[in-house]
This record gives sequence, structure tokens and C-alpha cells, in this order.
Amino acid sequence: MAPPAEPSTGFKFDNVKRNQLLGDKGYGQPTATKTGTTIVGIIYKDGVILGADTRATAGPIVADKNCEKIHYLAPNMYCCGAGTAADTEFTTKMFSSQLALHSLSTGREARVVTAMTMLKQFLFKYQGHIGAALVLGGYDVTGPHLFTIHPHGSTDKLPFVTMGSGSLAAMSVFESRWHEGLSREDGLELVKDAIEAGIFNDLGSGSNVDACVITKGNVEYIRGFSRPNERAVKEQSYRFAQGTTEFIVPTATAQGEEAAAMDVSA
Amino acid sequence: MAPLKPGEANLGTTIMAVQFDGGVVVGADSRTSTGTYVANRVTDKLTKVHERVYCCRSGSAADTQAIADIVSYHLDLYTAQHGEPPTVSVAASLFQEICYQNRDSLSAAIIVAGWDEQNGGSVYEVPIGGSLHKGEFAIGGSGSTYIYGYCDKTFRPGMSKDECVEFVKNAVSLAMTRDGSSGGVIRLAVITREGVERMVVFGDNLPPQYLG
Repeated sequence: MAPPAEPSTGFKFDNVKRNQLLGDKGYGQPTATKTGTTIVGIIYKDGVILGADTRATAGPIVADKNCEKIHYLAPNMYCCGAGTAADTEFTTKMFSSQLALHSLSTGREARVVTAMTMLKQFLFKYQGHIGAALVLGGYDVTGPHLFTIHPHGSTDKLPFVTMGSGSLAAMSVFESRWHEGLSREDGLELVKDAIEAGIFNDLGSGSNVDACVITKGNVEYIRGFSRPNERAVKEQSYRFAQGTTEFIVPTATAQGEEAAAMDVSA
Repeated sequence: MAPLKPGEANLGTTIMAVQFDGGVVVGADSRTSTGTYVANRVTDKLTKVHERVYCCRSGSAADTQAIADIVSYHLDLYTAQHGEPPTVSVAASLFQEICYQNRDSLSAAIIVAGWDEQNGGSVYEVPIGGSLHKGEFAIGGSGSTYIYGYCDKTFRPGMSKDECVEFVKNAVSLAMTRDGSSGGVIRLAVITREGVERMVVFGDNLPPQYLG
């Protein structure tokens, strides 16, 4: 008897044909969930600070009001994701395990450039079909590093970066206020203001600010660093007083045996 | 000759290289754009592929970065196997091979320039179909269309190093101010036997020209 077929691993593109057919027949192509997003990163005096909003959208619907967009990559590295939600989730998961194996085989902590190179080569291979736009930050033996990685596999190295649909709003904050040698407090404040610029001015971004401070040998992940959209306490109670609706004794017409067992009490 | 895909980072660019006795001067603007947004205003499009061989990248950012990384790997391997650094022509041929074999899926136009013991300074151009052209100077990218006339009029064979630096500064500056896809700062590199000297000219320090 033939052995059972190996389950295929990794990304599948079987649906490309189906989507093409759907498109050709005029049904319109199904759309993937895009995270309209604001993600940012800065270099400051002692390391790197990453920031993200927490809104996930599916078309016009807010799918998750408090999702996590700062993903773990390695003990000294984190990565913000924008673009297709599933792609950012899976690529970061895949490379966190790749980097763990890399560290184990080399006996060293992985470098940020290594992660950056692995990610760019992977994304380039898929020619932009994997829609992951990433902000990669970390601290290694060569110091603090910050990169952006576009879905097609191009990378940039800059001291302050933004990505996602809210990137324009966030960048305007950085362009006017970022400078070299920011303190931890000033850096966090700047990142908070940049993300809030996205939250308030970009429809695709919203809810809270997550932050992640990476320094030499230390990471501080701050979930809900700022919550500018807390639901206010209602000023009045809208509960109806008991007896508002007149109670009428119900009657039921029995039909068959199970109807007799029906509970018709209020 | 693949067109740029939607959302792809573009090096709508001005790049340039000039040969002189004993080396080359390479120059570029620093703008990377995605559509109408400037994704990086201080990009370094002068990419090192070996100690004394640089390339100027134009076209898709992703494609040209990938190509430069592959060439850089092959040149490292070449050095280890031959026990001596590659010539600029070896590097240029590598670029051509990759650009030609993958011409249907790449949008990359690259200038390769550098110094080697055999030929001194030399300049090669690999345009979008994967052909290879040697010249005394080369210009490329969307901004280059504005300065063909200026370059043909100004270039003289046998210019000194400093004259070449001025030539590149002036040409890139003229292109940058006319081409919307070029801008930022001018990045320069002088490659000679002695090594590589990097320079930057900031936007508020461009050579004098008519600005309207």
C-alpha cells in the first residue's frame, strides 16, 4: 500500500486560480483582511522603541478593537506588522522559530541584520504576494538597529520610521519632533503622540497604543501604554422600570403531544 | 522588462558615474518613493559590492537590493577562490548575467563603477534589458533625461578628480531640481587605489543654478 501523502507545509497559492476565475466571471475577487494600521519605530539614547495601534479591520468593520501588532521575533528583537494581517502574523511566527534555531546552532544571540536579511529574501521570493509590511527593531552585539521592510522585499535603515495607512500622520510628528539622543520618557511620549496621530486622523487605525522598549539585554513590552478611547461612564441609566410593558396572560393552542409539554409561563 | 508592481518602492532616481585617471566618481540623489509618498529621503543608492566596486541603483528598490546582495556574495566568493579582488568588468558581467537571465521579472537599471589594478577606474552601465555598455561616464534613472545635453556638453576626457566631483555635483543637482522623482541630498563616492571617500551635499548647499 502506498504511504499516505505528506501534508504540504508553508504558504499555499491554490486559491489564486479560484480567485482569478471568480474575478473573470464578474463576482469580484475575495479580499484578504488588511490591517489599516499605524506602526512606528525610533532610535533613542539607550536603544529602540516600537509602537503600534490596536485596531484590526475587515473592510469597513472593526474586527478587533484591541489586537497585538508588535510581534515577538527573538529575545532581543520585536517586529511591528502592517498589511495583510494573516501574512504579518505567519511570517513573524515563522522567523521567530527560524531565529531560535539559528541562535541554537551558532550559540550566539541573533543579530538584527540577520533577521532583516532573512525577512527580505523571503518576501522578495514571493514577489509581493505576501503582503507583510514590517518595522523591525532590536538590540544586538553591534548596538541598536531599526529597519522597515516592504512587501516586495526592499529595506530601509533609518533612525525613525513609520508604516501602514497611518504612516503619513505619524511621520509628520516624527519629522517635526524627533532628534538624536532622546531620553526614554521623551521617546515614549513621541511614539505615543505619533501613534495617536494615526489613531485620530486615519480611519484604518484606532483604539489603544502599544509600545515596546528594547535596550541592551532588556525588553519592556507595554500593552495599552495609552488608552485614549476608553468608553465613558453613561450619565444616565437606560434600563426600563419593571412593569413598563403590560403583562398579558399567554394562551396556547395545543397541537399534538409535545405542545402539551410546552412551557408557557412568563 | 517588468513594470513596477502596485505599492512597490521605486528609486525614481538620478544616478551617475564618471571615470578619471586613477579612479571613478559616483553620485546619486537620495529619494525613494511609493507612489506620491517619499518613503525615504536619505536613501543611499550607492551600494558597495566589493571593496573598490560600487553600483548605482535605479528602478525597483526590492529588485536592485536583491541583485546587489547576490553580486556581493559572488564577488566575496570570487575573492576567496582567486586570492585577489575581482576587476570592475567581472562585477559588471555578473550584474549583466543576472539582469539578462531574469529580464522578464526585473525592473532594474544599474551603473557599475570602481577601480581595479588592471584597468584603473572604469564605468559600466547595465540598462533594463540586461545589455552591458562600457563608457567614460554614465547617467541613469528618471532624472537623467533632463541632463543628457548638459553632460554631453560638459564632459571632457581627462578631467581631474576634483573636476569630476564638480561635474557630478552639478549634473545631479540639475536633474534633482527638475525631476519630481529625484531629490533629497546628493551622495557621492570617489573610488581610487587609496580607497573610497564618501561625501554628502545637503539640499541647502547645492551648486548655484537658476531656480525661477
